[in-house]
Amino acid sequence: MDVFSLLMDGFATSLSPLNLMIVLLGVTAGLFIGAMPGLGSVNGVAIVLPLTFIVPPSSAIILLCAIYYGAMYGGAVSSILLGIPGASTAVATTFDGRPMAQQGKAGLALIAAAVASFVGGTISVILFTVFAAPLADLALKFGPAEEFALVLLAFTTFVGLGGDDVLKTIVMICLGLVLSTVGLDLISGQPRLIFGDLPGFYSGISFLVLAIGVYGIGEVLHTIETSKTAPQVTPARITFKELGAGFRAMNRLWRTMSVGSFLGFFVGMLPAAGATPASLMAYGIARSTSKKAESFGKGNIEGVAAPETANNAASTGSLLPMLTLGIPGSPTTALLLGGMVMWGLVPGPMLFIEQPDFVWGLISSLYTANFAAVLINLALIPLFVWALRMPFTVLCAIVLVLCIVGGFAPSQKMHDVWLIAGFGIAGYLLRKADYPLAPLVLALVLGPLMEKSFRQTLIAEQGNVLAFIERPLSGTFIALAVLFFLLPLAKYLRKSPKEGVAPAR
Amino acid sequence: MLTADRVIAASLMVFSAYLMWHATVLPIGWEGSSGPGGGAFPFWLSLVMLLASGGILVRSFVSGSESDKPFFDPEMIRSVVLVCVALIVTIGAMQYLGTYVALIGFLLWYLRIFGGHSWALTASITLITPVFLFFFFEVTLKILLPKGVTEPLFLPLYAMFF
Repeated sequence: MDVFSLLMDGFATSLSPLNLMIVLLGVTAGLFIGAMPGLGSVNGVAIVLPLTFIVPPSSAIILLCAIYYGAMYGGAVSSILLGIPGASTAVATTFDGRPMAQQGKAGLALIAAAVASFVGGTISVILFTVFAAPLADLALKFGPAEEFALVLLAFTTFVGLGGDDVLKTIVMICLGLVLSTVGLDLISGQPRLIFGDLPGFYSGISFLVLAIGVYGIGEVLHTIETSKTAPQVTPARITFKELGAGFRAMNRLWRTMSVGSFLGFFVGMLPAAGATPASLMAYGIARSTSKKAESFGKGNIEGVAAPETANNAASTGSLLPMLTLGIPGSPTTALLLGGMVMWGLVPGPMLFIEQPDFVWGLISSLYTANFAAVLINLALIPLFVWALRMPFTVLCAIVLVLCIVGGFAPSQKMHDVWLIAGFGIAGYLLRKADYPLAPLVLALVLGPLMEKSFRQTLIAEQGNVLAFIERPLSGTFIALAVLFFLLPLAKYLRKSPKEGVAPAR
Repeated sequence: MLTADRVIAASLMVFSAYLMWHATVLPIGWEGSSGPGGGAFPFWLSLVMLLASGGILVRSFVSGSESDKPFFDPEMIRSVVLVCVALIVTIGAMQYLGTYVALIGFLLWYLRIFGGHSWALTASITLITPVFLFFFFEVTLKILLPKGVTEPLFLPLYAMFF
């Protein structure tokens, strides 16, 4: 069957009343979560995941993806109205969005952000549809050796391209991987790393516990520390006249928006990169290729359009490797992956063969979610303005309650709630000391796969380590991984002679 | 900032050494033709972690101070610690006094005392939240939240909804 008819079949699933309702609900929830300063898609998905037990598994994934989408749209709202990015992915939107709001053009900026998000989302979903099946076909040829090499490659992109401190990144990857081995040994079934002989550790440390701790509790603690004074909300009202003007202005920005979409999609696929660098890069390209480069940062509508197309495209891009290869392209998709595994839907090429209804239903729901998001976003702007006036203390209290109860619900063990509190406080401290948290979460999710594929290969090849480099595909991945790993070293060596000339700031 | 960086790196070193020691319960070496043993993966990764955090510690002494910005915002750290304590007290109370008592107490403290909100707002959120949680988790999802000593109070509600 060709992609088009598969997609049409998918729409039959995603346009069912239940799933359509779920998409609308998810997008609306996502928009509000994204619009709240400090809360982004990853926090939203982590906090809401336990609540999705209320719907069947395949619908739960659609709900989470809709939240993901909505949050990417919503991030622009607080960037523009408060001048505080709703999530790190919307940082670049503040550069021109905030000046526009201060000039009384908040409505126009919000329209631009919504339209740009829609264009970025649509172009990237089409790219997603085109690439998904071939990539899954390729991945069918993967054995355990390739799986291991691919996971290794995913981690080395953090070292090579992550932009964080290399040593701190390595510490976080190793910590995540070691924490993922807690529980029973995959091969021999013997217990290991059972801290303090607590029975709760026998079932391992769930990705959800870490995610709720780090992205729920840790984020609230961070917000408490950084929110000394309540920010000023810029009022915004949208009239049909402004809507028309907004569409006309956006119609002139097709080049910027397509560059942003393609860039975002491909950057988003890389585990270490994702929406934040993609949007910053798109902003940079838009500014350097613009004829009016000096107006950027002073309220140029193009400076809102470029990052917003890119961050939405990146969120779709990061779904691609998650769904086809089982390797998430961002922390949020790592949580989606964990959720899918929890519900027995193991992402990867086999999912396309065994559960085509689900896969194409999910892909088609991205189209619906995108469409719903732009409409709801524009319609609910007055409501966002109202919601943004909500004091931090109310928001934080509700999030903390949801973290505690939501952490208890999946396993129904107090052990997990204690772990969440521990991870929350530890995550808050690590984040303050500039340790990146995304590789930690990704490592915990991918750890079992990495260890299993490594040991399976060695058992199958009777202990021959060279098997990883002898197979062409896995050999290529390993070579790329080595390259990424050596990248910071090369950068360092090239930079060090200059250091005497330009002292570090 | 520098001291905090060193303390965190040193604690990570201690933690990875503890993990290494803990991993040796299972074989950490090469098991003939079947590859590494069950403890190998955590053991050697903890070693890498130990070396990397050791590197961070050494670097902090070699490169000297980058910024003397305090690690914690002195004005806000009191709030963060207060919320952490409240969180731990609440989770502890869940097991003994029950989820609902603990969460109502937490919300009352957080909204009224910590947040300084009006009684109207405090009361409405404090009452709506437990009712929502009860209907969402217990009635719909059939997930029973811990009740502690308040268990008998819920028996009539169970009779009504189950």
